[in-house]
Amino acid sequence: MFLTEGIRSLGKYFILLGKTFHKPENWREYRKALVRDLELLGLNSIGIVSIISLFVGAVVTIQTAYNLDDPLVPDYYIGIATRESIILEFSPTIICLILSGKVGSNIASTLGSMRVSEQIDALEVMGINPAAYLIMPKVIAMVFFNPLLIVISMFLGILGGYFAAEFAGVLAPVDYLQGIQSDFNPFYITYALIKTVVFSFIITTVSAYYGFYVKGGAIEVGINATKAVVSSSIAIIVANYVLTQILLV
Amino acid sequence: MIEVKDLHKGFGGQEVLKGISTKFHQGKTNLIIGQSGSGKTVFLKSLVGLHSIDKGEIYYDGERLASMNDDQRKSLRTEMGMVFQGNALFDSLTIEENVIFALGMFSDMTQDEMTERANFCLKRVNLENVNNKFPAELSGGMQKRVALARAIAFKPKYLFCDEPNSGLDPKTAIVIDNLIQEITQEYNITTVINTHDMNSVMEIGDHIIYIKYGIKEWEGSSEDILNTENESINDFVYSSELFRKIKAKL
Repeated sequence: MFLTEGIRSLGKYFILLGKTFHKPENWREYRKALVRDLELLGLNSIGIVSIISLFVGAVVTIQTAYNLDDPLVPDYYIGIATRESIILEFSPTIICLILSGKVGSNIASTLGSMRVSEQIDALEVMGINPAAYLIMPKVIAMVFFNPLLIVISMFLGILGGYFAAEFAGVLAPVDYLQGIQSDFNPFYITYALIKTVVFSFIITTVSAYYGFYVKGGAIEVGINATKAVVSSSIAIIVANYVLTQILLV
Repeated sequence: MIEVKDLHKGFGGQEVLKGISTKFHQGKTNLIIGQSGSGKTVFLKSLVGLHSIDKGEIYYDGERLASMNDDQRKSLRTEMGMVFQGNALFDSLTIEENVIFALGMFSDMTQDEMTERANFCLKRVNLENVNNKFPAELSGGMQKRVALARAIAFKPKYLFCDEPNSGLDPKTAIVIDNLIQEITQEYNITTVINTHDMNSVMEIGDHIIYIKYGIKEWEGSSEDILNTENESINDFVYSSELFRKIKAKL
């Protein structure tokens, strides 16, 4: 029963993807929707991503310093550990998990409300493909804007670590600066950005799926928004493992 | 003209529409009446293609809906206007953007031409100086009129209205009814309206079909409805005290 339902949902998800990636009826109107979504889903996330990155960077540095408090381990190792934690895991994965809550619930509840108030039906009656018009610009906005957001997060996370070194006094700032420049593997950035693109696609399409197929009223919109966040978070965690296995091992 | 033959539609094994056949003529206000839950909305949504049908045929000016390919269906849909029960206005867009939405998507009109068309349609439904407001800033009656303006913006051949005066006071409801009738005659369009409001039936019903439990029980004009012997429709029409008193006086 559970398996059948799962397979059916997966099938519906792929059918929705098929409807989503269709030639637009009018490029100008889709461009307008893309600009709206870039602002709503991308630009409006810069604030929360910046604050979280700055503070988590600082905390990672303090905790690493606390755990590496050994005279045999050079202090600049703390800088290396902070950089790797932020670039490899915190910025691409944890920030995307946070975005699945912020952006995913927004997408699911917006589309769900449009469904129950017949706005999606209205688009269909006008001859517009509602899946393409409502979902495609969101996917494009997230897939292209999130890598930029994650690069900002990496920079601010590492900067937060520097502030911790400078103001908390857990290590000398010069050691921290030496650490973040030592043994750097540029492929880690590529790896992080590949993960970001995949996670962004998951967040938008999974949330859109739950919003687009809402049946009922306000309560069901809320339930589906929660399901969207839970499902996209699980999908991100699984994809994270698979991508890490493929790209790093 | 829209012709429907033996239309069947069900959900989860339960049949909602049980073989409805009828014709909706051009330039007439065609009313579908019946109690809540009788299948009116399912019927209307099946007509416009929002629900796929289980059995039967729908013809738009002789063209079979089921035989149309995607492009033909899209083209047909640009000839349709629909007023939804809850208006279905796009909350994030202004009134003007709502009205010209389909024009922006499918026509080559410039922004100025579209604004002119929006002003014309809004004026036609007796609304002015609301272009830059958002739907939430308007009353229910005004939103209904915006929905009607949006439905006629693309000069449709077919107009569908689902409970256009539900939730409105009797006076505003009459204004909406009259607007729909005037627009139908003015543009010679085929209008199909779902309603359970007997005032609408008497005011604008050129052709009426009565649906009960998914079956067409009766068909006729607003004059016929007063003289029919059909028990089922008499139960429906004279369910209100007011109409019983009117009948007694006739």
